[in-house]
Amino acid sequence: MLKKSLRLVVMVLIIFGCSKSDENGDETNDNGDTYNRAILLTNMADNIIIPAYQDLNEKLATLVAVKNNFLTNTNQNNLEALRAAWFNAYETWQYVEMFNIGKAEEILYSFQMNVYPTNTTDITANIASGDYDLSSVNNNDAVGFPALDYMLYGIANDDASLLNLYANANHQNYLSDLVDQMQRLTNSVLEDWTNAYRATFISSTENTASSALNKFVNDFIFYYEKGLRANKIGIPAGVFSTMPLPDKVEGFYSKAHSKALISISIQAVQDLFNGKSYGSSATGESFKSYLQFLDRNDLALLINERLDAAKQNIQGLDNSLYNQVITDNSKMTETYDALQLAVVSFKVDMLQAFNISIDFVDADGD
Amino acid sequence: MKNTLTKYINTSTNAAPLAVFRIGFGLMMLYSIIRFWAKGWIETVYIQPKFHFKYYGFEWVKVWGDYTYGLFFISAVAAFCVALGFKYRIAIITFFLSFTYIELMEKTTYLNHYYFISILSFLLIFLPAEKRFSIDAYRSKKEYKKIPKWTIDSIKLLLFIVYFYAGLAKLNSDWLLRAMPLKIWLPSKYDLPLIGDALMHQNWFHYAMSWGGLFYDLFIPFLLIYRKTRAFAFVLVIVFHLFTRILFPIGMFPYVMIVSALIFFDAKIHLKIIKWIKFIIKMASIKTEVILVRNTYQYKRRKIILPIITIFFVLQLIVPFRYLLYPNELFWTEEGYRFSWRVMLMEKMGHTNFKIVDSDTKAFFYVKNEDFLTPFQEKQMSFQPDFILEYAHFLGDHFKQQGHKNVEVYAKSYVALNGRLSQPFINETVNLYAEKESFQPKNWILAFNDDIKGL
Repeated sequence: MLKKSLRLVVMVLIIFGCSKSDENGDETNDNGDTYNRAILLTNMADNIIIPAYQDLNEKLATLVAVKNNFLTNTNQNNLEALRAAWFNAYETWQYVEMFNIGKAEEILYSFQMNVYPTNTTDITANIASGDYDLSSVNNNDAVGFPALDYMLYGIANDDASLLNLYANANHQNYLSDLVDQMQRLTNSVLEDWTNAYRATFISSTENTASSALNKFVNDFIFYYEKGLRANKIGIPAGVFSTMPLPDKVEGFYSKAHSKALISISIQAVQDLFNGKSYGSSATGESFKSYLQFLDRNDLALLINERLDAAKQNIQGLDNSLYNQVITDNSKMTETYDALQLAVVSFKVDMLQAFNISIDFVDADGD
Repeated sequence: MKNTLTKYINTSTNAAPLAVFRIGFGLMMLYSIIRFWAKGWIETVYIQPKFHFKYYGFEWVKVWGDYTYGLFFISAVAAFCVALGFKYRIAIITFFLSFTYIELMEKTTYLNHYYFISILSFLLIFLPAEKRFSIDAYRSKKEYKKIPKWTIDSIKLLLFIVYFYAGLAKLNSDWLLRAMPLKIWLPSKYDLPLIGDALMHQNWFHYAMSWGGLFYDLFIPFLLIYRKTRAFAFVLVIVFHLFTRILFPIGMFPYVMIVSALIFFDAKIHLKIIKWIKFIIKMASIKTEVILVRNTYQYKRRKIILPIITIFFVLQLIVPFRYLLYPNELFWTEEGYRFSWRVMLMEKMGHTNFKIVDSDTKAFFYVKNEDFLTPFQEKQMSFQPDFILEYAHFLGDHFKQQGHKNVEVYAKSYVALNGRLSQPFINETVNLYAEKESFQPKNWILAFNDDIKGL
């Protein structure tokens, strides 16, 4: 009896399957084929992630050279050159911060590169003692781009006295160590990508909490929500506190760069979403095309609309977000609201469409 | 009519199916609790969170800190005693109370199958499941061959309701005409071996699974009841539940349903199972004494128990339809959604932020949900209005206690349902701190901008 029934089940399933597929056979159907997620990840790795790291690595190599030149020839011209090289690298960093995966995740790369506001007390203490471990967690807020921001702009009241400070061996060493460390870290992340991790990354397409695809999507959204929306706009605008906190802007000491940095970072987010190659206008498989495959072109369009709107808001801000908070903070909170709308699109709509296993929720469903 | 009823109530049947059901139920509950414990969920779900979401009216149910482990231990021991049929009545009452208490401690973990276990264990309190093949029977040296037929039928009726109502709930346009939410869920299973690539992205497969699931739920109870289709139906039960087990993270539920469905079979199978178990016991050289076998077990307090069971089932039939009393889209507001066998019907996600406003100065700031909620709690809170209201009150109280003045709490919330674009969910101009929880419709939920037709 049982065996007979089993045979019947199989038969019914087959008949049901066949008849159904016949019915829909003629329909044009976008979902007919399976989506190749490896191609998406390959485009990310080869045309976006690795080129961005390579560019950053080159810019940091330049920064190292300019820094060395500055330390042997400490003058105003070389200071300007150093500042320019720092900012150049900082711009490129905006493309890289969201890739918190692989080696970058392992060594907490972004914590060693861009924690702000930087801790001037720690920096001062490190310089005074001359004895420090820059990779220590305790020094996360005393290294990286924000620490350089302080070292190149904020450490003295004017350029003349700043140049005087760098006659001091301890100051020279700290500046030098900061830059060298950033280059070393970046190089190690890049090397890992080009040697081993690329293959791991593009083949890890399964839908599990630990797969590269899922982590990459989660990291991307996390970066947009935290690194971009909250850190660059929300926190200085006082969105999470009772008072605005203008001195928490990115690039606080150099004053003029904070708007430029967020402008680049949101462009980086949009480029990644659209699968646009780093440094060229070519596009490939991306979150956008994946959404289109899932019949969610409406969402892909909406996300671009919302990012464009946020970019518009950002364009209307003062070059120094510090000044913007002080003079008219409402423009900052408006920008925050615009950025927030895209968080909703990413976190609610895009995650729902991808139906990605979320890394932090472990429980039964029903 | 009255005659047939009295006749039915006095009909007796073999006690073996209920005894086997008791053993299966007890062992599965024991395993469920061990599994829950081993996964570390007692810690992450009950002990770690700073704040717990409560069911309306059960706010007094508290988590016991580290003693929560004790509560689970009691529940596990009770489940094992139920399986053994040792001090059955005390054991099943203890299990019902401890398990239900555990579920009431935190609303975030609500699952239909936990609710099913709660009400099933309640029902079992009144059934003579220990009258055969139990330690109680051996100790009292008294075993009954037969029990009233309605006792076994009541379990069948409960299973019938679960399946049939789950089927009725699928009679809606999203499920049938848009193949939602399976159209979202199935493609994400692309990495399954064999069927992942071939089937999961196929449009026809989404519809086949939706309609197949509907017919399964609606007809399986009938196929199980009817003798000639029973074996076939049982194979279907196994295939269906194992398949859902492969596709979705639904824990123990498939196994519970498969074992429960055994109750539909005649006593022959259950007698065989009992024989096997006796054989194993003998192998362990435990002596089973010869005992007095009586014929039919008769209830002593039938006049109290029958009305209780009747009311229980009337409620089970009515409660899932309470949503009809609410004016708005059920899937959107979820007023009357729980406790109704609405299983896997929605893919719903939300994003909800809270703004704390000083009503005097209008100064405001946003709350970081992660400061108060676990990721799981935040996820569940973000799309369920009763969670949002409860959390808004918690935040209001918290910031008032911190010395903030004239506290008002507003929610900025977006929710996406079954693949539609997300839309605003909560009226941003309503101070939720001033709103009270009740069974009234919540007028601060914004209207759903689409239409889902059906039951």
